[in-house]
Amino acid sequence: MIDFSILIDNWDAYLEGFKNTVLASLIGLVGSFVIGVIVAVMRIAPIKPLNWIGTAYVEFIRNIPLLIIAFFFYVGLPAVGVTLPGFVAGTIALSIYTASFIAEAIRAGIQSVPKGQMEAARSSGLTYLQAMKTIILPQAIKIVIPPIGNQFINLVKNSSILGMIAGLDLMYFGDIVSSHTFITFDVYIFVGLFYLVLTIPLSLGVGYLEKRLARSH
Amino acid sequence: MDIAGALSVDHLKFLAHGFMVTLYIAFISILLSFIIGTLLGTLRYAKIPVVSKIMAVIVETIRNMPLLLIIFFTFFALPEVGLKLSVTVAAISALTVFESAMLAEIVRGGLNSIDKGQIEAARSSGLTYTQTLRYIVMPQALRRMVPPIVSQFISLLKDTSLCVIIALPEFMHNAQIIYAQNVNYIFPIFIVVAFMYFIVNYGLSLVARRLENKQV
Repeated sequence: MIDFSILIDNWDAYLEGFKNTVLASLIGLVGSFVIGVIVAVMRIAPIKPLNWIGTAYVEFIRNIPLLIIAFFFYVGLPAVGVTLPGFVAGTIALSIYTASFIAEAIRAGIQSVPKGQMEAARSSGLTYLQAMKTIILPQAIKIVIPPIGNQFINLVKNSSILGMIAGLDLMYFGDIVSSHTFITFDVYIFVGLFYLVLTIPLSLGVGYLEKRLARSH
Repeated sequence: MDIAGALSVDHLKFLAHGFMVTLYIAFISILLSFIIGTLLGTLRYAKIPVVSKIMAVIVETIRNMPLLLIIFFTFFALPEVGLKLSVTVAAISALTVFESAMLAEIVRGGLNSIDKGQIEAARSSGLTYTQTLRYIVMPQALRRMVPPIVSQFISLLKDTSLCVIIALPEFMHNAQIIYAQNVNYIFPIFIVVAFMYFIVNYGLSLVARRLENKQV
């Protein structure tokens, strides 16, 4: 059966990979959230050219593979003299890619608040930004949190592409351990378990939030 | 940048061939996943003691794994336990395993979206549970599942690129072979490949959106 001595003997390598996967996911979450908010605001703002840029970003990025974006930063940029370590290139790619999905989630959340509320707020004297901040966003946030949670789970899973660009994550260290031990099967079973340690609690958490928010509607 | 060199006729043919492989692998995988996913999703929905719980564990475990790991594992690890697959079969198997779990959730969501009152009505008018699923719930749920399945197919087309890790001769793999020859090929190839994915996937996403609007 599965040889647990592999896990024990290579604990440090697994732990290092696990730490970097967590780190890439957290940086990716913050990065994609910041970009996602900016893009979502561009899509909703009452200024046409901004809408176009926001829409172009979302539609282009979410319809191409993450791998192309990662390779662009890891293989493409060195061609013009900018060399990034795999971890940095991968994390930037993850942020850019995930941002397109988060922007969509935020936009959908904001637009799910009935239009009449914005009109009412505006006609009672609030500015656009005030109305956004005090009326629309507090309601939208409840709708937006579960899909962002789902995107975070995807982000953790997608961070595995770091392994393809020497990004020092779990997949990468899996490769190192299996080249030491000449075993692939057991080594990657443990890699999979490390991913599940991250993603299963996240999935359960998002599922719980979804149910709670569905009840409060 | 060497646009003319990067996009020579031979290179474009080679890319087109890779793109056909991507489409072919994605199409076969989604077909197989649809069959398996429907089965898994229905079994999980039907709340059969033990069976539904086992289905839930299988589906959740697979859904929470990175696809890259599944592809890698299928091709590189399974031979150690005596299961050696060709690159194509390994790619299709790995994608099918992952997508089946994804589709199982879409199927279950579709089934759950059908009003419980309909099941009660069907049951009290004398249909068995299986008949109710077959004639009342499934036909309505299937129509609601079409848009998310199209979206899932878009993800699959993108995710097929992960098969470069096992050297499946698909779009991204062939692109890599071309731009590895010459630094000046990198940007033109990246742009062409990205736009190719974009055009196909954006087209599909428009179809999905149309279908969704039709239903509301």
